[in-house]
Amino acid sequence: METLSLLMDGFASALTPINLLFALVGVILGTAVGVLPGIGPAMAVALLLPVTYGMETSSALIMFAGIYYGGMYGGSTTSILLNTPGESATVITAIEGHKMAKNGRAAQALATAAIGSFVAGTIGTALLVGFAPIVVKFAVSLGAPSYFAIMVLALITVTAVLGSSKIRGFAALGLGLAIGLVGMDPVSGQSRLTFGFAPLVDGLDIVVVAVAIFAIGEALWIAAHLRSNPSRTIPVGRPWMGKEDWKRSWKPWLRGTAYGFPFGALPAGGAEVPTFLSYVTEKKLSKHPEEFGHGAIEGVAGPEAANNASAAGTLTPMLALGLPTNATAAVMLAFLTMKGIQPGPLLFENEPALVWTLIASLFIGNTLLLLINLPLAPVWAKLLKIPRPFLYAGILFFATLGAFSVNMQTADLWLLLLIGILGFALRRFGLPILPLILGVIIGPMAEQQLRKSFQLSAGEISGLWSEPVAVTVYIIIAIVLLIPLILSILRKARGDSSELTAGLASGGMISEDELDKVESQQPSSGRHSADDALDGKDKP
Amino acid sequence: MTVVVGYLPTPQGEAALEQAIVEAQRAQVKLVVVNSSKGDALVDDRLIDAREFHLLEERLTAAGLDFWIERSAQGHDAADEVLRVAQAQRAQLIVIGLRKRTTVGKFIMGSTAQRILMQAGCPVLSVKADGTW
Repeated sequence: METLSLLMDGFASALTPINLLFALVGVILGTAVGVLPGIGPAMAVALLLPVTYGMETSSALIMFAGIYYGGMYGGSTTSILLNTPGESATVITAIEGHKMAKNGRAAQALATAAIGSFVAGTIGTALLVGFAPIVVKFAVSLGAPSYFAIMVLALITVTAVLGSSKIRGFAALGLGLAIGLVGMDPVSGQSRLTFGFAPLVDGLDIVVVAVAIFAIGEALWIAAHLRSNPSRTIPVGRPWMGKEDWKRSWKPWLRGTAYGFPFGALPAGGAEVPTFLSYVTEKKLSKHPEEFGHGAIEGVAGPEAANNASAAGTLTPMLALGLPTNATAAVMLAFLTMKGIQPGPLLFENEPALVWTLIASLFIGNTLLLLINLPLAPVWAKLLKIPRPFLYAGILFFATLGAFSVNMQTADLWLLLLIGILGFALRRFGLPILPLILGVIIGPMAEQQLRKSFQLSAGEISGLWSEPVAVTVYIIIAIVLLIPLILSILRKARGDSSELTAGLASGGMISEDELDKVESQQPSSGRHSADDALDGKDKP
Repeated sequence: MTVVVGYLPTPQGEAALEQAIVEAQRAQVKLVVVNSSKGDALVDDRLIDAREFHLLEERLTAAGLDFWIERSAQGHDAADEVLRVAQAQRAQLIVIGLRKRTTVGKFIMGSTAQRILMQAGCPVLSVKADGTW
């Protein structure tokens, strides 16, 4: 009951006119950046970091939460109307959603995505309210070695399980950790990786790194690929659903939520695996399996709910452990650190007003999102007509202004450009962004815990596994790394397996044409075709 | 000698096309239809799609004209595109559609029509969407 009264206090402070306004600004901005492919909520939050210097911490956090949830809603709109998933989590939505739109059922697809997102987001946030305090109770008992182990787990799973190539993932993670190391050694005070360049002694400012990687890197990438064959608008009316659509949607919503939240809440994070699992489940359970691949509403409802539930789940480790597992949460955490708030299990104890206001604003933001998304979906789609030079000129302007305003020094602008070019190179060579940004943000935190463990154990390496939790986590890491290997061996040995394990073995990432191949086969031979497609990819 | 028309699937574009067909029939010359997009936005309704291209072809065939449709999905600025084609074809006339723009709007966005009027080396005929007084 204590939680409930705290939550009510949170609602009281989130419902003040000024905070409601920030929530509204957040959800509008979030939806807008979600609709535009390439500009995600992480970039929006990074660009807004400098703006929030003068703002109340809670107001800024409410706005960021709105952007975070709004990005999920907007992403589904683009996937459905344009078949251009803005992020990996909406890839699955695009498969069925775009087919529905082509069949003239865009309104229903948008409606089931929006209402499903609302249902999943609300249930997910409620689960967050229930789970986060329990996780905190568990987390305060953890020592430095366990923390270090959990952080390693988060970094490894994000790198190795998500994304298509492990080598690229680890390369990006290494780059991120290296960027995180720049500056003064926290224990001995030595300069690391500064190359005698004075502005680097304080370390690279996280605002500069985030803005450079997300905004400058993306702008350079778009500039290099500006011209594309424009597509035509798919006409949409106001989203609505018939009785049949409701009947076919509500179960996938709930099942999607059930998949999404636990995956988001694990310090492994990621929405790719639950959306994929949800899609496969809906396909199995559907009474209309023949519609899958040609625009089945269940194939939009389930994955979209899973996507949003995992977004809510991701906030559990972020708030309870101070451990972000996606890019937006990472930048939000950097914001807290910037404001002098120590993220971690003590956050709930030290800043209860802030945390509960944030959680209450998630409920409010979710409702606002449903209200602005259902009637306004056609308006959001119009954003896609903005010529990109205008858009990216604005982004570059805000990026430069933001990076300069952090410390008011010109060196930051050179760093911005330099890291921006690194961001371009990442995109050019297909390196994932997420491991890098998590490396930059979790890296120094993990280092702190590592040094603390060594200080406690007087430099003995065995100090790292001196706690049972740490040992358990290391075993989990080993299992996570070994599962794909074992699965592929098993598959080769048996020469057959289900789509599900095949998809999981490749990190839950299955590209659309691979799924198309699955669709095009007869149901009986569909299982083999998925394996063939994946095996073919593994072979040189 | 040809008649060049800047065409967009809008009321102004349709009006320009109607007029251009009349002019080409009167002069007994080839009609070149220019439709282009810079391809810098993800969605651009001003570029005709395959179906509209086909309908346009049928319509011009029915008008008994010798014609050519120049459609570029990743072209230059619309004014440049029309002027380039007009110059290459040694056009005797360029037909464009005009739309109402506020002074501020024109200041910010510039005016394709104005550039064609100023830079064309041949007479330019401008048409409004509804020709009523």
